[in-house]
Parts: sequence; structure tokens; C-alpha cells
Amino acid sequence: MAYTKRIDKRKFDETRPIEAKVGVIKRADGSAMFKIGNTVAYAAVYGPRSMFPRFLQNPQKGTLRVNYNMMPFSGHGDRVRPGPSRRSKEISMVTEKALLPVVDLKEFPNAVVDVFIELPQTDAGTRCAGICAASMALADAGIAMKDLVSSIAVGVIDGTVVADLNYDEEAFEGEVADIPVAVLPNSGKISLLQMDGHNTRGDLKKALELAKKVCMKIYEVQKKALKEKYASGKSESK
Amino acid sequence: MNQELKNHVLELLQKDLRLDKRKSLEYRKPIKVEYGVSKSAEGSARVQIGETIVVAGVKLSIDKPYPDTPEQGCLSVGAELLPMSNPEFEPGPPGIQAIEIGRVVDRGIRESKSIDLKKLCIKAGEKVWFISIDICPINDDGNLFDAAALSALAALKDTKLPKLEKIEDTYIINYKEKTKESLPFSKEPVSVTVLKIGDKFIVDPTTEEEKIYDARLTVATTEKGELCAMQKGGEEPLTVEEIDQMIGIAVDKTKELRKAL
Amino acid sequence: MSKILVKEKDIVVPGECLAEGMDYLPGIGTYREGEKIMASRLGLAVIDGRAIKLIALSGKYLPKRGDTIIGKIKEILMSGWMLDTNSAYHAMLSMKEGTSDFIPKGADLTQYFNFGDYVVCKITNVTSQKLVDVTARGPGLRKLKGGRIITANTHKVPRIIGKKGSMVSMIKNATDCRVIVGQNGIIWLQGEDPKMELLAVNTIKKIEREAHISGLTDRIKEYLEKETGKKITVAASGE
Repeated sequence: MAYTKRIDKRKFDETRPIEAKVGVIKRADGSAMFKIGNTVAYAAVYGPRSMFPRFLQNPQKGTLRVNYNMMPFSGHGDRVRPGPSRRSKEISMVTEKALLPVVDLKEFPNAVVDVFIELPQTDAGTRCAGICAASMALADAGIAMKDLVSSIAVGVIDGTVVADLNYDEEAFEGEVADIPVAVLPNSGKISLLQMDGHNTRGDLKKALELAKKVCMKIYEVQKKALKEKYASGKSESK
Repeated sequence: MNQELKNHVLELLQKDLRLDKRKSLEYRKPIKVEYGVSKSAEGSARVQIGETIVVAGVKLSIDKPYPDTPEQGCLSVGAELLPMSNPEFEPGPPGIQAIEIGRVVDRGIRESKSIDLKKLCIKAGEKVWFISIDICPINDDGNLFDAAALSALAALKDTKLPKLEKIEDTYIINYKEKTKESLPFSKEPVSVTVLKIGDKFIVDPTTEEEKIYDARLTVATTEKGELCAMQKGGEEPLTVEEIDQMIGIAVDKTKELRKAL
Repeated sequence: MSKILVKEKDIVVPGECLAEGMDYLPGIGTYREGEKIMASRLGLAVIDGRAIKLIALSGKYLPKRGDTIIGKIKEILMSGWMLDTNSAYHAMLSMKEGTSDFIPKGADLTQYFNFGDYVVCKITNVTSQKLVDVTARGPGLRKLKGGRIITANTHKVPRIIGKKGSMVSMIKNATDCRVIVGQNGIIWLQGEDPKMELLAVNTIKKIEREAHISGLTDRIKEYLEKETGKKITVAASGE
């Protein structure tokens, strides 16, 4: 039984509506908001700054530290208990690995760049929204980066490859594979790949190609948001 | 360490001026309240005072009531000082600053009996509504106390009870469907924090001013001007006369914050 | 076939392709990948002959030898002081470099610079691991007393100072304030009249906001004239 029409009537390669804004948190060195459908992610970057505890300092290169957190009222049903969970710790780590390939750590030895990702509202695709916001925030903070990072969750539902699953699709009764992917737009290389569910090798390849295609569109949105902040003449005074 | 800054601020205050050109009893602009900013929450609000931005969300659940109040719903308020809002906040469990904000806001709402918790009883002794309010600053540029209290009140006002379905003997919340029923409000407490620096009073401090004050008094009042909660902070003591003056300032300033609701 | 893909003063994002072909050279803020030159940070593109470089728009200060900065004393050690430089790296001020006065052994160093004091100093050395040495001996270098401190974006400091100090001189003359601008974005101001001091602060914030819009000097001159009621002359060279 193939998945022929999406629950919210989108096309298979269509994402939910996207909104991106840079510089939303004035106290941070860099910040951004990324909204896709009903998932909203804020990212704030502080750094390079002194790293504590001292024993974690690396004299040869800087450290990138990511902290992903969902606000207690952001869940679909029950309240989410505040504080790190195993899930949020894992997402923090894979987000860090997704961003590392583009950040030039040698520019700030012994120091740390902290990235804080917070979500006030969620509807699937949270780690991907977090990565999109984080990469804009890093650029906004003036961190030396080879490229931005764009991210989307693609999926395979009953053999059909789709982009940007929402909560209902993730929970679909049938054979679903949920595949968050992060792409470095210039090289097309993939810095985040996770999967859970049911999938074939061939379908995975198709899903990855779709992810790359969609990420290029997201990249355009991220670029525009970054340029808009500085072009309007209302740039940050820090 | 901040003595030079304090001296400078005091000099300016003698002329009723502050570091950012404001008068001593002037709130920053804009003061904005936005409702319904988080679709996942049963009620939510975003408050902006100057550049300080705070988001509060309300989540409802049902559970057994506390044994000493078997016919009343329950309310709890927590604040988490998110490290993204201020470079000096560290990730980790709520520190004393966050705990104080949560408890002071809680007191303002609870002690004013602004919500009639008896109306939130579903089945006496067995099931009542639990209201959880979580306050999260997005950008801290000073005066989290007032912004937090205002956001909590606004989020409660925004709250609509979700649909309650009874299946045999158990109650289940259908979070996807919201009813049109709001929370039973009878009063709306608004908080104003007044700071004393030297012999002068100010309201709505920026983060710099928060580093050099001598004492502060947070006062929550209802629309009728009744005091429902107070909290003194800071290292210096206050005279009764000073406390009375600060209460007067607070009661006067609540009007401005109430307008934004 | 070499070609440039951006115009002068275009805002570019990390990874954006600025030029193709081996005729062009990667300047500061860019890197070469194969035949292409790409941006390695968010910035304004500047074409300088055959080199393409970026002016950074944001980012924390990175200590550089020769910079004059305003540091804040944060620790007092056996043989000197440690300063906060408004960057990820602190600076060391040794006893020898603190003052030209002779400091006897075992003396109380807080008599010279105490916790929280702001000091105008010059960076004498930065190692590869970003250990920073500074000196407070030299013309204009000293402990600051009174006044107030504000923080500005380090990348806007050149505009706040102006060519040969012309911009900051204009502010000083218009507001009768003393102003010292550190390369690290820390700025000290002191004025007799609090209102004029506030004006100087707001002028600096205005320069920060509008630094990349052309006609800045004229706009600031007009702003100062309007706020003070005085006629301002733009100095050709600073003090």
C-alpha cells in the first residue's frame, strides 16, 4: 500500500513553510531563529570565550560546545521535564558533529564557542531546525566557517520518499523511516545522518539525494536571512 | 569592583538621569505582550520590556490532588534562566536566582487567589487539574522579575482547557483539541520591582544597574491596588519609610504594565 | 576564464563563491578551493587589485600585537596583574611593564592597579596559543579613573576612530568629553556634563549601527550639530 497523498496535502519534495531571522537575541554574539511548519528553534552563540573548566582547554584548537534543549511547554502532549535528557544530550552531540566540519577551530585555541539551541514549540524535525538556526547564528557571530550547514529530515513512508516529515507522518501507521540529514551546501557532503524505522538501501539513496536537493533550497533561505540583517542598515551594536 | 560604575550612576541619578538617558522612574519602551506564541502549550505569552524578552508557557495535566486540598486544582511556577539569554548564565539545574524568580512569581499568583483553584476540581479527592507554568528568558537585558511575572500572568490568561475525555473510569486529556474554556480568573496580579541605589529609587533596571544596587523590592498588586506579594532582595537593609515609598512607586507603575496586557 | 562574482561592498556569507579562476588571489577572510575563491566568514567583499578580501562585520576581538586596548584588572599575581581583554584571552601585565616607577619586592600591587581598574595598555606580544603580554608604560598608557565604560563591536572601532582620529575628535570637541577607544571594543568616556556624556555614548552607538552606510561622517556631523546646537568642523587630522 503506497503512500500516495501526504496527510497535509504537500508535494513529496515540498517542505512546510520556512521562516528564518538573524540577530534575534541581542545579548548573544550571534543568534538566529529558524521556523519550519510548527517547529521553532532559537540558536544563540557566545564566543570565542574563555573555557571552563580549565582542564578541558585544548591548546591546539578551540572547542565547539552545543547545548540543545526543549522548553517544558514545547511538547505535543505532556509537559517536558526541564533539564537535559538522554535524548537532548544525544541531539546536542550530533548537532555538534554536524557543525564541526565547517568551523575553523584553529582560530581560537584554548577557547570555546558555545551554541545554545532552545525550542519553544515543536512539531517534528527539531534537530534539523536546530542545526539550521545554529549555523546561521555561528555566521552571525563572525565565527570563521568554510560553509553554512543546512538540515532537513527526509523519510520513506511505505516506499515513498518524502521531505520534511511532520509529527503525524512520523507517527504514521505503516513502514516509516525517519532520516534527519545535514548537508554542507558547497560540497554536498553530509555531516549528519541518522535513521530509524524501516528502509531499503535503494530508497535510502533516493532519500539522501532528495535531502541534498531540499537543503540547497534551505541554504538560500539561510543566506537571505543573514544578508537581510546587515543590508537593512539596522545592524547590531554590540 | 563596581564602585566606579556605581559612583557614576549615582552622579547621574542626582540629575534624574540614567546610563541610557531614561529618568529614574521610567520604564523602557516598548512594553509588549504577545499571546499564543507557542502552539504546543495550552497557553503562552511573550513579553518584551525594552530588549528583555521572556516567554512563558502553561501546560495542563490531571492528577491526584494534594491530600490537604482534595477539592482544589494545583498550580506550580518554575523559571529556568536559559544560558542563551545571558552570557553569564550557565547550563545546569536552576540556581538560586531562577528559583527565586519562580517562587516570587508563584506567590503573586497564588496568594492573590487570582485563580479559583476550587473550580479546577474534576472529581474530589481523585482528579484535579494541575497547572504548570514555565518561564524562559530569551534575552536578558535586565528586570527579569517584572517581565517574568507579566509573562506568567499573560500565559495564564491565554490558556484554554484542553478537551477532557472520560473512558470508563479514567480521564484522558486530548491535547489536540482545545475547548473554549479559560482558567477561572478573579484577579490579575502585576509585579513591579523597585531598586534603591544610594538614596535614589529606580524601576526597570538594565543588567548594568542590576550589578550595583543596594536593595530591591518586588511588589505584586491586583487591579484594586491590593498588595498580594512582596520580596525584598539586595544586601542593604531598608527603613520602613523607604519600603512605603517603594510600594507607592510600584503601585503607580503597575498601571503602565497593565496597559500592555 | 576568471571572473569575479561579487560587487564591492556586497555582503557575503561563509562558503559563498566570490570569484572563479586563478587570476584572483584569496585575501583575508577568504580561502581558495580548486579554482574558486570562497568566503570564510560573514563579511563585506572588498576588491583590492587582484586580491579579494572580506571586512568582518561581527565577531569577538582577537588580540593582536601592537593594538592599544583597554583591559580590566581581574587578578593580582605575585609578579604582575592579569587583565580581561573583552576577548577569549586574558592579558598579562608584568610588574616591570606596569609603571616606570620602581616597585620594591613584596610591595602591595593593589596600590598600583586594583581589582576592577581599567587600564589603557598596548599589546607587546601574542603567542600562537594566544598568550598575551601588555605594557602600561608608554605615551597615553595609564590607569583610568572615573568616567564610564561602554562596549562596542571591535570591527566598528576603525569607523569610531575615523581617519587619523577625525571621527572621535569630532565627538570629543562637540561634547567636551574625554574619549579613549580601545581596539578591543572597550571605550572610556568622561564628561563634565552628564547630558553631553550621554550624547557621546549615543553618537558612538549610532556610528556602530550605521557604519557601513555611506555618508557616515556627514550624518554624524549633522547629528552632533543638531543635539548640541554648536557648529562642528570636521578635523582633517586627529589629536
